[in-house]
Amino acid sequence: MSAHSPIDQIEQPAAFAFDQESEAEIATILAKYPAERKASGTLPLLYVAQKQMGRLTGSAWVPRVAMDEIARRLEVAPIRVYEVATFYLMFNTRPIGRYHLQVCTTTSCWLRGSDDVVAACKKATGIAAFGQSSADGLFTLTEVECLGACSNAPILQVDDDFYEDLDGPRTVELIEALRRGERPTPGPTIDRLGSAPAGGRKTLTDSPADQG
Amino acid sequence: MLQDKDRIFTNIYGQNDWRLTGARQRGDWADTAAILARGRDAIINEMKASGLRGRGGAGFPTGVKWSFMPKNSDGRPHYLVINGDESEPGTCKDREILRHEPHKLIESALIASFAMGAHAAYIYIRGEFFNEARHLQIAIDEAYAAGLIGKNAAGSGWDFDFYIHRGAGAYICGEETALLESLEGKKGQPRMKPPFPAAMGLYGCPTTVNNVESISVASTILRRGATWFSSLGRPNNAGTKLMAISGHVNTPCVFEEELGVPLKDIIEKHGGGVRGGWDNLLAVIPGGCSVPVLPKAICETVLMDFDSLRAERSGLGTACMIVMDKSTDIVRAIARFSQFFKHESCGQCTPCREGTGWMMRVMQRMVEGRAELEEIDMLEQVTRQVEGHTICALGDAAAWPIQGLIRHFRPVMEDRIRAYKAAHGGGQITQVPLGIPVAAE
Repeated sequence: MSAHSPIDQIEQPAAFAFDQESEAEIATILAKYPAERKASGTLPLLYVAQKQMGRLTGSAWVPRVAMDEIARRLEVAPIRVYEVATFYLMFNTRPIGRYHLQVCTTTSCWLRGSDDVVAACKKATGIAAFGQSSADGLFTLTEVECLGACSNAPILQVDDDFYEDLDGPRTVELIEALRRGERPTPGPTIDRLGSAPAGGRKTLTDSPADQG
Repeated sequence: MLQDKDRIFTNIYGQNDWRLTGARQRGDWADTAAILARGRDAIINEMKASGLRGRGGAGFPTGVKWSFMPKNSDGRPHYLVINGDESEPGTCKDREILRHEPHKLIESALIASFAMGAHAAYIYIRGEFFNEARHLQIAIDEAYAAGLIGKNAAGSGWDFDFYIHRGAGAYICGEETALLESLEGKKGQPRMKPPFPAAMGLYGCPTTVNNVESISVASTILRRGATWFSSLGRPNNAGTKLMAISGHVNTPCVFEEELGVPLKDIIEKHGGGVRGGWDNLLAVIPGGCSVPVLPKAICETVLMDFDSLRAERSGLGTACMIVMDKSTDIVRAIARFSQFFKHESCGQCTPCREGTGWMMRVMQRMVEGRAELEEIDMLEQVTRQVEGHTICALGDAAAWPIQGLIRHFRPVMEDRIRAYKAAHGGGQITQVPLGIPVAAE
């Protein structure tokens, strides 16, 4: 169970309406499920709402009025949406910074130096502890469980992108780049192709020449 | 060890084009209709004969699972649901299929769906795999545009739709019935079984849930034949498997290997050896964090397959191993897993909801040594009271790493307790200092 603040304690906007871009996404989403199974759209619509908040306000979170709107759309009781939004870690039920720094500290990452990544995140943003945002509102730091990219540990997920094979100094560089408004290319931060061994492939060496 | 000519996933690193053009060059979508024309029974029999066991961790024979689906529809639609919720710590193999071999997955999903009488498949992808889901969606769009899926998929006469559903950061949704709940728009809390999904799964309809890799290998098995697949590996442990190495090796990576190869050879070849040399090895967790840890002595000789690891009271799991060298604080490494399971318990069953917290708190004290020697046995007892007493296997998964630790590293735990006592004046330790919350953290 994830630890969320009770949504009653968060200052909530008075209204929420999906914009045109979101409406187009919702139409695509609802077409995936049988008409009488609209409730399946709960998780996807929470994502749409969160993304829209990020797009319009710079803080990707799901206010309660958005949950109410989703419940109305999907013809379910509002509590059904509240309980889903608070069960799943990736829905932010309170405002977050412009960049969401999600650092994996589970064993595979820890063995490869996630402590250094955490320390670098704190140093570069001034954030004191997990769950907090930087004073300038740019960054929120969250400790996450295994991100499923363990061969490229340690990992820092920034919003939707994985930055892999990190160490302390490269983490600081990444955060400084974000602060300048840049989005470095996600993936390994060392010379390596995907999850292939550093230094070159040890298998698939007699397959056709690389196409790039 | 496996030769390149026998690899199923030939673009696992994304070294070539992952889109339709590249996939076709690798042989995907080559006369798919001919495979479907063999008929449902022939396909299922071929899968059974291949000896393929589920690649998600449990190792249940895939062909047998497919055969549990009703032969004829009673009016309810059938569904194939693909489990792409890859979240078991240490595991990072399905990610490579999703982003670099998406067409192998889609084509195999069509074949599997046809064999089970399903006209629709949903894949549940963990929410964090945003870019991986994006690749797969591009591949799905390509397949629709090329007539490979949709109405009369690939000219087979079978209608087939394929949809992505993204999760949102809950490990428990990798449990098949929790996954179905989540897909229906609910909290991911596992269902009681029976009824099993083959009788009552998604939306109350007959459903089969398979791991991404289990599905993705189907097209190649059916093209090259069950005999080819079962000639690889060992009896009852057939075929090739995607594996991964993370932790203290020189070159962590994902790779495909034959089952039944010595664990040591795999670490030497693919992992480039243990950091500091083989003698610097402390322990290996062979297949995701829920399988018990193996000390170096066992790693010297054990084979990497279901039955060999089972015989050592561990398991193949997802075959994604975590290697730890002698610098590792093994108690802390395992305690981190206890924190993981505490975090990921869905809260439905009392032994798991409360037990994972208990285990985590005791493990945190064991890291410091702030405990009594007898408490090692008490901790073991707590794991036994969680294991087997919950609706799903998360309780078991939380118990096993600790049992493995106690089985193989008890002296380390004892030394730490003695050292703590020596440093703090000995005597009975105050287990929980006043003012520290002990539950509901």
